[in-house]
Amino acid sequence: MGGLMIVFFSVLAVLFAGLVIALRQPMRSALALVAHMVCLSAIYACLGVHVVAVFQLLIYVGAVMVFMVYTIMLLDDRDDSFRQRFSGSFLPALAILPLLVGGVWQLTERPAGATLPVAAAGGSLFTFASFAGEFMKRYWFHFELATVLLLVGLIAAWTAVREGNHG
Amino acid sequence: MDSSQLLLALAGLLFAMGLLGVAVRRNLLVVLMCMEILVNAVVLSFVSSAARTQTLSGVAMTFFVYVAASCEIALAMAIVVLLVKRRGSLDLSSHRHLKG
Repeated sequence: MGGLMIVFFSVLAVLFAGLVIALRQPMRSALALVAHMVCLSAIYACLGVHVVAVFQLLIYVGAVMVFMVYTIMLLDDRDDSFRQRFSGSFLPALAILPLLVGGVWQLTERPAGATLPVAAAGGSLFTFASFAGEFMKRYWFHFELATVLLLVGLIAAWTAVREGNHG
Repeated sequence: MDSSQLLLALAGLLFAMGLLGVAVRRNLLVVLMCMEILVNAVVLSFVSSAARTQTLSGVAMTFFVYVAASCEIALAMAIVVLLVKRRGSLDLSSHRHLKG
């Protein structure tokens, strides 16, 4: 059942990723991207990695995409990119895509018997309590660095807007 | 094909689709969305590996990827707003004067 759900959400994730590329209006692309991320979150939940499933929903769908939707509402206008969606490199890129997918497919193929089963739901390492404990024990320094990176990103965004307004 | 291979193939396919979107779309905001698909494909490969081997490192890496992606999107949106204010267009071809 878990495997079937993974296949189902994988197909949906590919479908919505295709819609992000194909749809004309940025707002519809953003909504397709939200659906794509929800599908990925469902796949993580099926794998038993609930921590990442919740991160995906909270950080990406809840924060990043809301931010992006605000920007679309602020900037969206019917310029040349609306009238003509694709650039001149559309056909060459489309021709190269099967080669890229085929190459990745070859990389992921392994000899029979060398595969490990995907963890069924409920791997004990990935519950919130055990993940939080282990994470703060092993990666506390990286966590502190990540907070500094967030602060630097915030200051950089603020500076960019400020300089842009003055310049 | 078992589930881990399926997920790795899915990650590769999503990465290729994101790359295609970055290459072919003209709208700045949609290009940024396609970059998010790229990041999500990488995260999917980390998570599938972590679930397969039952180790913490893949999931911890995912956490740091999310932090980097949040910083990236905050900075990128600020730059996009400035670019659109100056040129009045979301079309990538109107920003050809940029170097790099």
